[in-house]
Amino acid sequence: MAFFIDTLSFVLLMLGAFCGLTGAVGLFRLPDFFTRIHAASIADSLAAMLIIFGLLLQSGFSLVAVKLLFILLFLLVTSPTASHALAKAARHGGLLTLPEQSKKIKKRKSA
Amino acid sequence: MAVLIDIVLLAMLVLTAVSVVLNRDLFAVVMLFSIYSFLTAAIFVSLDAVDVAFTEAAVGAGISSVLMLGTLALTGRTEKKAKHNSIFPLIAVLITGAALVYGTLDMPPFGHAENPVHQHVAPRYIHDSPKEVGLPNMVTSVLASYRGYDTLGETVVVFTALIGVMALLGIRRRPLLKNLKKNRTENKPFEGLSDHLVLRVIAKLIIPMILLFALYVQFHGDFGPGGGFQAGVIAAAAFILYALVFGVQQSYQVIAPVFLRYTAVLGVLLYAGVGVLCIFAGGTFLDYNVLASNPLDGQHYGILVIEMGVGLTVFSVMLSVFYAFASRSEVV
Repeated sequence: MAFFIDTLSFVLLMLGAFCGLTGAVGLFRLPDFFTRIHAASIADSLAAMLIIFGLLLQSGFSLVAVKLLFILLFLLVTSPTASHALAKAARHGGLLTLPEQSKKIKKRKSA
Repeated sequence: MAVLIDIVLLAMLVLTAVSVVLNRDLFAVVMLFSIYSFLTAAIFVSLDAVDVAFTEAAVGAGISSVLMLGTLALTGRTEKKAKHNSIFPLIAVLITGAALVYGTLDMPPFGHAENPVHQHVAPRYIHDSPKEVGLPNMVTSVLASYRGYDTLGETVVVFTALIGVMALLGIRRRPLLKNLKKNRTENKPFEGLSDHLVLRVIAKLIIPMILLFALYVQFHGDFGPGGGFQAGVIAAAAFILYALVFGVQQSYQVIAPVFLRYTAVLGVLLYAGVGVLCIFAGGTFLDYNVLASNPLDGQHYGILVIEMGVGLTVFSVMLSVFYAFASRSEVV
């Protein structure tokens, strides 16, 4: 049983680390601001969830597990909100998405 | 493995520091400073200094970033080109740096058990503080009891910072008249991010949680990492979030700037008052043993009250400084 739990938590932790890395790669490789924060925020939320579940399996039923669950709850609420606020701020500042940019360029060309 | 983690963290620290120096966009610099503080906090955790890491994360990465952003709103976000020649300062810095590095060569080896720092007072604290103070968290015993004078000094320093900001900036209580008129004509109930529904809902959801956590940190400081400094900063962060989302004028309705001025004073007075009370009870200044018939209980009461004083002052000062910046940088 202990072996099974350890393996499962290992898999979850590794998957979490992989998601985090994917988010980081996306943050660097994707073409513009909106696609970048999209990559970072989605992959980050999933990574946080996987890693905390992996750690929960290691901690068992204890005070640490409750604290981990609180951290997970807090992250799941705040991190998408932060991405949302960031995207809103960028829109407010006048940043355009890629399709909008190309449309604008086309319009300018035709005019 | 621990060495590897330390090397990675320190390398990231150096990279962040270099990019802070090279970057001219001050907004990016503030963000990099915040990352720098987080990395420092991670290094403190890897050194097993969780109390310091907690303070660094709350104060360095949290509140000081907000205050620096508040300053940027007043001053503008690009660094001016230096007019003077930078060769001589560079030489001076290089010589000083070389001297400092040369100085470290004489330092005792890192983490060695024979080092003076492990021989001096640390063994006494570890050996005697459970009997003399009786708190499970030794850091709080040292901070609040053995080094009570120092902590009183720090609290007064924070308070002095408030006096400085108030003398230079002050808090504008009422909105600018033209803003008030504009809001009335556009029928807006309040300023802030009133049209951002998601932010408002989430802020309402997490502000009570942040305040609850601040209280936990305040009163759990005797048993685990935490204490007045961290709790004050976290509570201030909750109200700053409220002010950012619902507008500064709205948050004046919750906690008025005048009220904060009194609580900032009250915190320092509470701390110093405990010291004076100790004198009247027959001990020396800040000697909590005399506060109760059992010296251990006396220590508990004393530390509880002075931590409350610290928390109150730090909270009031941080929020007042934010008010001062925010009320000045009111847009339009």
